[in-house]
Amino acid sequence: MNSGVTPYILISIGVAFDLVGAIGLIRLPDVYNRLQAATKCVTLGTALILLGVVAASGWSAMGIKALLAAVFVLWTSPTGSHALARGAHIAGVPLWSGSVIDKYKEDTGR
Amino acid sequence: MHTFLLLLIIGTFLCLYRVAMGPTPPDRAVGIDTIGVMVVGICGIFGIITGQDFYLNVAIAWALLSFLGTLALAKYLEGRGFDE
Amino acid sequence: METLKRRLLDMLIIFVLWLLLTWSLDLQGVVAGAILAVLFALVLSRLLPPHVERLFSPVRWFWALMHIISLAFWVVLANFDVMYRVLHPNLPIRPGIVKVKTTLKSDEAKAFLANSITLTPGTLTIDIIDDWLYVHWINVHESLEDTEAITRDIAGRFEVTLRRVFD
Repeated sequence: MNSGVTPYILISIGVAFDLVGAIGLIRLPDVYNRLQAATKCVTLGTALILLGVVAASGWSAMGIKALLAAVFVLWTSPTGSHALARGAHIAGVPLWSGSVIDKYKEDTGR
Repeated sequence: MHTFLLLLIIGTFLCLYRVAMGPTPPDRAVGIDTIGVMVVGICGIFGIITGQDFYLNVAIAWALLSFLGTLALAKYLEGRGFDE
Repeated sequence: METLKRRLLDMLIIFVLWLLLTWSLDLQGVVAGAILAVLFALVLSRLLPPHVERLFSPVRWFWALMHIISLAFWVVLANFDVMYRVLHPNLPIRPGIVKVKTTLKSDEAKAFLANSITLTPGTLTIDIIDDWLYVHWINVHESLEDTEAITRDIAGRFEVTLRRVFD
């Protein structure tokens, strides 16, 4: 463990983004908008926390595992979220009433 | 570090609110997915606090399983089989 | 011969991943990793991605690095964008689903384009049908029918690098 200030900076930014994602999940009006906030903020927030772990522990078992976990989260989280978005649209969840256009419904009819 | 842990747990409870109140099933699924990613971060902070690296093993396994769970939920919402 | 080479390459990659994940060099762990690598490469060969040999091309790695740098910039911007929209008392959003045409050919490139779009400001890929990406946009521009401008805004910034990495 080194006691520099870098891990604290990375982790505090990451936690802040995580909290913004959670607030967005509550405040935004429909499932697609919530998915946007949750995916972007929580993915980067968690990746930054794991990078903070890397900065704190350096070239050791913990650092390497945290790096792999960060890569994995950055890779899978967007994939999972667009699977969920497609599932929601096919299950028939309507867009928020203030939405302006829905090309997907026009083209696929579902 | 303990402050960060507390803040992340508060964030997890905010997601839990969406899981409990979500008007439609996909809303709940989004909440569960988000909690899954946040718990990975919580595991990382636990690793720093205790200085033991097996928490990161938990984090990797959790990320994997929550991804699979999200895909399964999405397929279930589409109302199709899992082979496609 | 060609397939044998590919299997060996798969085994090598799985084995290296195992070593990184366990991060120890004691005999038991290494032997278990080698056995598992052989088993996985033989049993799951159908599920592993094709063109593994491209991992050893430095030019592709260079463009992958360029892609990661530009992606990092857009991801940070996206987070501040979401922060502004979420914390603003009036929720300034104008959502809608638009469609975007991509010129990328291979499936891996399209998958990475979809992931990159999801992480950039205000956009979330919903589905890919042939060459068309359906994208949920949190703040749709005025020019609704101008597909070309929308494509340039959403997908154009990544296609240059991704084409050189995957196609």
